[in-house]
Amino acid sequence: MELKKINDYTWEIPKQGEMRVPAIIYASERLLETVKKDQTLQQAKNVACLPGIQKYSYVMPDGHQGYGFPIGGVAAFDLEEGIISPGGVGYDINCGVRLLRTDYREKDISAKRKELLAEIFKEVPAGVGKGGITKLSRSVLMEILVKGAEWAVENGYGTKEDLWLTEENGRMKDADPSYLSSRALERGIPQLGTLGSGNHFLEIQKVEKIYNLEIAKVFGIDEEGQILVMIHCGSRGLGHQVATDFIELMENKIGIKGLPDRELINAPIKSPLGQQYYKSMCAAVNYAFANRQMIAHWVRDVFAKVLGSSAGMRQIYDVCHNVAKIEKHKIDGKEKLVCIHRKGATRSFGPGRPEIPEIYRPYGQPVIIPGSMGTASYILVGTKEAEELSFSSTAHGAGRVMSRHEALRRFRGEQIRDQLLAKGIELQSTSLKGVAEEASAAYKDVDEVVRTSHEVGIGRLVAKVVPLGVMKG
Amino acid sequence: MLSKGKSSWRNKFIYLDHPADAKFQAFGRTLEEAFAHAALAVVSLMWEPEKVKKRQRRTVLVQGKDLEQLLFKFLSEILYLFEAKGFLLAEAEDVKIFKGENGYSLQAVFNGDNLNNNYVIFGEVKAITYHDMIIRQNEEVLIQVVVDM
Repeated sequence: MELKKINDYTWEIPKQGEMRVPAIIYASERLLETVKKDQTLQQAKNVACLPGIQKYSYVMPDGHQGYGFPIGGVAAFDLEEGIISPGGVGYDINCGVRLLRTDYREKDISAKRKELLAEIFKEVPAGVGKGGITKLSRSVLMEILVKGAEWAVENGYGTKEDLWLTEENGRMKDADPSYLSSRALERGIPQLGTLGSGNHFLEIQKVEKIYNLEIAKVFGIDEEGQILVMIHCGSRGLGHQVATDFIELMENKIGIKGLPDRELINAPIKSPLGQQYYKSMCAAVNYAFANRQMIAHWVRDVFAKVLGSSAGMRQIYDVCHNVAKIEKHKIDGKEKLVCIHRKGATRSFGPGRPEIPEIYRPYGQPVIIPGSMGTASYILVGTKEAEELSFSSTAHGAGRVMSRHEALRRFRGEQIRDQLLAKGIELQSTSLKGVAEEASAAYKDVDEVVRTSHEVGIGRLVAKVVPLGVMKG
Repeated sequence: MLSKGKSSWRNKFIYLDHPADAKFQAFGRTLEEAFAHAALAVVSLMWEPEKVKKRQRRTVLVQGKDLEQLLFKFLSEILYLFEAKGFLLAEAEDVKIFKGENGYSLQAVFNGDNLNNNYVIFGEVKAITYHDMIIRQNEEVLIQVVVDM
């Protein structure tokens, strides 16, 4: 495939065939080598063929092969002629990350680290088939789908401050749960307030390195050695079912003729079906916000119980990694509302955007990029340049390079656990098999991913954090 | 790709490498058998179906406008029953597929048990996908599916 080098970190697939716009891939030479090995480039090309796409079909530095859209895919669509696609959001709607700061330093928790993690493991339901602690009625679930994290705060989980430190203030206002199938609701009821499994995790981390102290301090990160808590999970079975349902509805209504990949099924965004998907997706986004809100509350409770206080555990931010949103962007010199799909990508608004919390507005929003289990994670800051370069988006994580099957062949959960322990990292997991599947060697080098984001200018380095305790579902 | 060896249907299914998710091929002498083996491939990513007691039978009916959609919905049924009803599938029995005017319909009996603490669940399949999905009917049937994990 023809790939034109623009600069050391930017590659273009020129417009050809059915492509309506070119594709841009942000990758270092090293990352590009892995990208070339799977279907990522072809998938970026396929996205470029969709109606109403604006400027470019983008692939973020952690891009890898997905289904339909690549993971790390970002695309914006015109609201009149454009489409919305469940495959451009992903099955795990609003899979995302929440980060809490603390006033604790490594020395404050080192004696109680094990107990802290064990208590969190007790309080936060995780793993497959494990229900949440709350028995929900359907009417309460409907309320959660409308109100998101607001519902959680109204019901005693966390504070109002958490809401304005969450993307969308923890609630997408366009949500309409009446379009959700009964199956989606049934899958959602037992799983509220659960971490789930797979790549989802909860980590007690320490700040290892600060790259930009001024911005770090604005975010609430004061010095190296400070303890943070990161929560990575999504909308669970409810979101998966919304995606599954709308893929079928769109197939039946619109048909699959001419699609290069059936997972690219889509509906015109202004069509009734396109609107129904968007409003249902918003409801699933809200479920995930409520989910992370509840989990964060339990984590604070555990800190208070084990260490005596949870004061200072302010939320740094909560970001979505799988979402479609209506945002204003400059296109051909004019401001325009578009439907942005970010599938495995983080919004990275720079200074001045009204959507971001006031305290961050002069600087840019926090971008939270989790590494793979047991490796470093990063906090970046959104940039002005990202508006021009990537519709204000950057990477979302490390990106897998090895199948789960291959990881299971190569690694044993016990061995991974012992290696983590040797590095001083405690592990709690519901499944050692899951631990082997999530071995960090199965992922791209997150360091290289964030370095690329920084160099391109779509999200700049603020701090690096490393885990002290990992809880995996 | 699938080797043309005569013995391939003796494997009910195999897993193939896929970087992000899980990909499998399931085989059968008939479409129905291949569907049943595909169900086994999906559940084997989450629990050991041979260890699940066959204590509860659930009749499953799905319709699809084409075979791919029928397969997508048939396999999605496993995930729904697990997450919403706590039902663990041991085996899909008596799979019957009918072709009608508007596509296909499928009837099957899901034999299995309710989730309890005796069962180890070690993986979570989030969703079935159409990505790289193949249903090939020659002298034997080959099904290929990627699932989101």
